[in-house]
Amino acid sequence: MLKKHPLLTFIFFGFVLFLISNRIDELTVYQGATVAVYAIGVASLILLIGYSGQVSLGHGAFLAIGGFAAALARIHFEAPIWLTFVVAVLAAAIGGALLGLAAARLSGPYLAGTTLALAIGLPSIANQFSIFGGEQGITFDIGLPPASLGEDFTQYKWYFWISWTVALITLYWLRNVLNSRYGRGWRAVRSNDVAAELAGIHVGRNKVLAFTISAGLAGLAGALLAMTISLASPGVFPLALSFSLATGAVLSGVTTLGGVMIGSVTLVAIPEIALAIANRYGSETITTNLPGLLVSALLILTVLFVPNGPVEQMHAKRAKKGHSSHSPVEISVRVGSKSWSTKK
Amino acid sequence: MNQFLDMVLIGISAASIYSLMAISMVLVWRSTRVVNFAQAGMALLSAYIGYELVARVGNFWIALPLAMILGAAFSAFIEFVLMRTLQKHSTQGAIAAIAPIIATLGLLGLIRATIGFIWGQADVQLEAPLSKVGFKFGETTIAVSPMSLFVLLFVITLMIIVSLIFQKTNIGLALRASAYAPEIAQLAGIRVSGIRTLGWAIAGAAGAAAGILQTVNGAGSLSPESLEFSLLLVFGFIAAVIGGLESLPGAVLGALILGLVLAAVQIYISGALVFIVAFLLLLLVLIVRPQGFLGSKAGRRA
Repeated sequence: MLKKHPLLTFIFFGFVLFLISNRIDELTVYQGATVAVYAIGVASLILLIGYSGQVSLGHGAFLAIGGFAAALARIHFEAPIWLTFVVAVLAAAIGGALLGLAAARLSGPYLAGTTLALAIGLPSIANQFSIFGGEQGITFDIGLPPASLGEDFTQYKWYFWISWTVALITLYWLRNVLNSRYGRGWRAVRSNDVAAELAGIHVGRNKVLAFTISAGLAGLAGALLAMTISLASPGVFPLALSFSLATGAVLSGVTTLGGVMIGSVTLVAIPEIALAIANRYGSETITTNLPGLLVSALLILTVLFVPNGPVEQMHAKRAKKGHSSHSPVEISVRVGSKSWSTKK
Repeated sequence: MNQFLDMVLIGISAASIYSLMAISMVLVWRSTRVVNFAQAGMALLSAYIGYELVARVGNFWIALPLAMILGAAFSAFIEFVLMRTLQKHSTQGAIAAIAPIIATLGLLGLIRATIGFIWGQADVQLEAPLSKVGFKFGETTIAVSPMSLFVLLFVITLMIIVSLIFQKTNIGLALRASAYAPEIAQLAGIRVSGIRTLGWAIAGAAGAAAGILQTVNGAGSLSPESLEFSLLLVFGFIAAVIGGLESLPGAVLGALILGLVLAAVQIYISGALVFIVAFLLLLLVLIVRPQGFLGSKAGRRA
């Protein structure tokens, strides 16, 4: 169904979520909204790492840009909700384009280090300017849900609806982009940039575009995150958020968008599991440190044993049995006696 | 004039610690082609171990070398367990290029959580063994204290030892050969895998020294989420990149440049701008001279 009617699948998924949201308690609704936020953030990293072959360890910085931009637009210009999201996307995308211009010339560790530096430094930079409200941050209040939805329609349910609507639209759009000319271009550049360039793909432009889109999506996730906690502050976008997103992307498998839910649900579930364990053994040390321990251990184990993610692993197994449905883009170019190929 | 002197002294003192961090990143990069983003975590762990040793032994001067040895052992252990497994499962696809980076990131989280489990979230204090009040010349107090003078001398001694190892001994030759051409080195009878572990061990010792000295020379407090150590990682990385990520003298040079620039910003403009300037310096170097100032031209794309 997903292969043939992707739009229907997304609508069906949205309908199921709608039914679920009416039957669960407030806390779960809130966590559901967080899953949607993570899904967008993780998807933006999958686009960047898996498709364009660039790495960002500091995507939290773009979430922060988006969150602050949305909150500022709301406070100073009383922008309607949808417009704050647009502002968030644009602001983060501009930041991403600027960094992307530098990033396109860098590879692996250099880019990783630069983005990591950005994520470490951004909160302290935000503290310097009074417009960002210092440590306390600034509130991001989108107001009460419309009265037409009924009396018992709670605030969190409103957040849940908004987050999931945005997330589903975004994921659907991203899926189409990844299957388009651009997606193929990115994968070609990732596999072998010389071959891609010879085939007429502009490598630098491609990478900058991927970085820009990825940052824009991260900004959107940031605005949604700020919305669910009604606040944009340095503490909302800590370094750990960047690491969580990278973890989510690796757990989901960076090569396909299909696994994005695995990573996002895990990210929300792990603190809950840790809390349950901590409640059982009753210790504060466990509550604060176990989530980090679990996430990190899971991350290392995934990199060691399922490096391309569970979905890709399944595809690889199926391909071995003869149902090859997921072949990478392959380009081979020969000039004189030299040849380049994206085929390994 | 006095301000300028202070700037130079503060810059050199900061640079000495950045250069230790940069050297440990360069050594790891040279031996396994990995930028170890867990270096900050390992330095932090070493600083905690130093704190524990000071509490047990009661003497900083014994605790420092002990913590460095433990840091080296831990670093070698990480190479042996994590990096070798990673290489064995040598993967293909999009993840291959970033798997080591992600693994070091996971390691960083693991170390921080472990520290939290053992020592708790609250700050612990590692007292400076020497006075942190600047020397006085007549009326003026200069920006060098017995503590920072010791740090500087200690780092210079370490540098001399490391460069002697690299230039004068067979092990140093093996280290250089395996970094330069691993396959040829292997053909020449060098156990490259063992040499890699050794490279990590030296890096671990340097990182441990950086962690402890940074703590006693700075505020003296340690916490699992220490921003100070994250910044130390970033500044070490920037110093290494300025120097070209390949070269040990380059790392020291990079640290000196970074230390002096940051000290100048701190004294003449504002302490709040330090990080922004460091980040812009990183971008500038990466854009203008991506191979660094003492790196080889071909090294960057590896």
